[in-house]
Amino acid sequence: MQNQGSPYGFREGFRDGLPIGLGYLAVSFGFGILAVAAGLQIGETLLISMTNLTSAGQAAGVQILKGALSAGQATLTGLISMVLTQLVINLRYALMGVSLTQRLDDGMTSLKRLFYAMFITDEIYAVAYSKKNRVGARYFSGLAVAPYIGWALGTLLGAVAGHILPDAVTRALGVALYAMFIAIILPPMRTEKGVLACVLLSAGISCILTFVPWFHGLPEGFPVIISAVTAAAAMALMRPLGEEAQAA
Amino acid sequence: MRGMVVLYVAVMALVTYLIRMLPFTLFRKKITSSFWRSFFFYVPYAVLAAMTFPAVFSATASLWSALCGVAVAAVLALCKRSLTVVALSACLAVFVAEGIQFGFVF
Repeated sequence: MQNQGSPYGFREGFRDGLPIGLGYLAVSFGFGILAVAAGLQIGETLLISMTNLTSAGQAAGVQILKGALSAGQATLTGLISMVLTQLVINLRYALMGVSLTQRLDDGMTSLKRLFYAMFITDEIYAVAYSKKNRVGARYFSGLAVAPYIGWALGTLLGAVAGHILPDAVTRALGVALYAMFIAIILPPMRTEKGVLACVLLSAGISCILTFVPWFHGLPEGFPVIISAVTAAAAMALMRPLGEEAQAA
Repeated sequence: MRGMVVLYVAVMALVTYLIRMLPFTLFRKKITSSFWRSFFFYVPYAVLAAMTFPAVFSATASLWSALCGVAVAAVLALCKRSLTVVALSACLAVFVAEGIQFGFVF
């Protein structure tokens, strides 16, 4: 099992990445609008998307930038809160990165990992992880192309459109990101009882942490991490994966 | 581009990259523990669920329009439509719902 190359090439990766890229085009369009509304220039908005490639982290980062812009200066507190916020919101990428190492072929060297790590997102991870066999650098490079272009292009279009489109349209686009999340989690909830329970548990805890006043002191991003880690750990204890799923 | 913005974005990008890169590059062992394998299987679903709920209900101009967006997204997702179709349809549903509620004012 150890010395296996991946059967998937660049083309297969590119094909698998196309729907993600299209989805990102719509979602990052919303981000572009949001960032410009927060006072960022079009070039600055594009820079964020091209260097970060993450929806929730970028949205939170823009809120912090908005505060810094209205204060008129960079502060140590502002920068620390940027570090902590990104750390907490994006911590799931660390988990996904470890998880993904279990599915890589032997051609994925450290140097290649340094590069491809940049492209670990929720959707790219989910698609790569769901392949029947191991994945390698060729597949991964194909997989990342459309999402990266879609994310950057959508951001640019959104930032430009933010100046042009009426408010009613830009507000409606704000729901795109969440709709995409729903599209990822719902289908497996039907077939896997464990996923169904996990989603309900995580969403339930998240609602409690949001609505119960006692938890309102939690810093931005913490409710999501607490909910997700608790729900995933609980399900791993109560409903561990079966033998065949583990061998895959 | 303003220097201050570039500084904040550089910090943001560096932290995000390190979170992705360090575990992905340094972790070499095969995970054999059933608990951890199961945990990693559940994490993405748990994260997305917690990020969506309850945040989605306050993402639009009203609870009613958000509910319309979620309902449309859920139905289309269960019909296995693509991410793009689900996302755009939900946007359209929110737009129409807010139009009905507040009037289609441009």
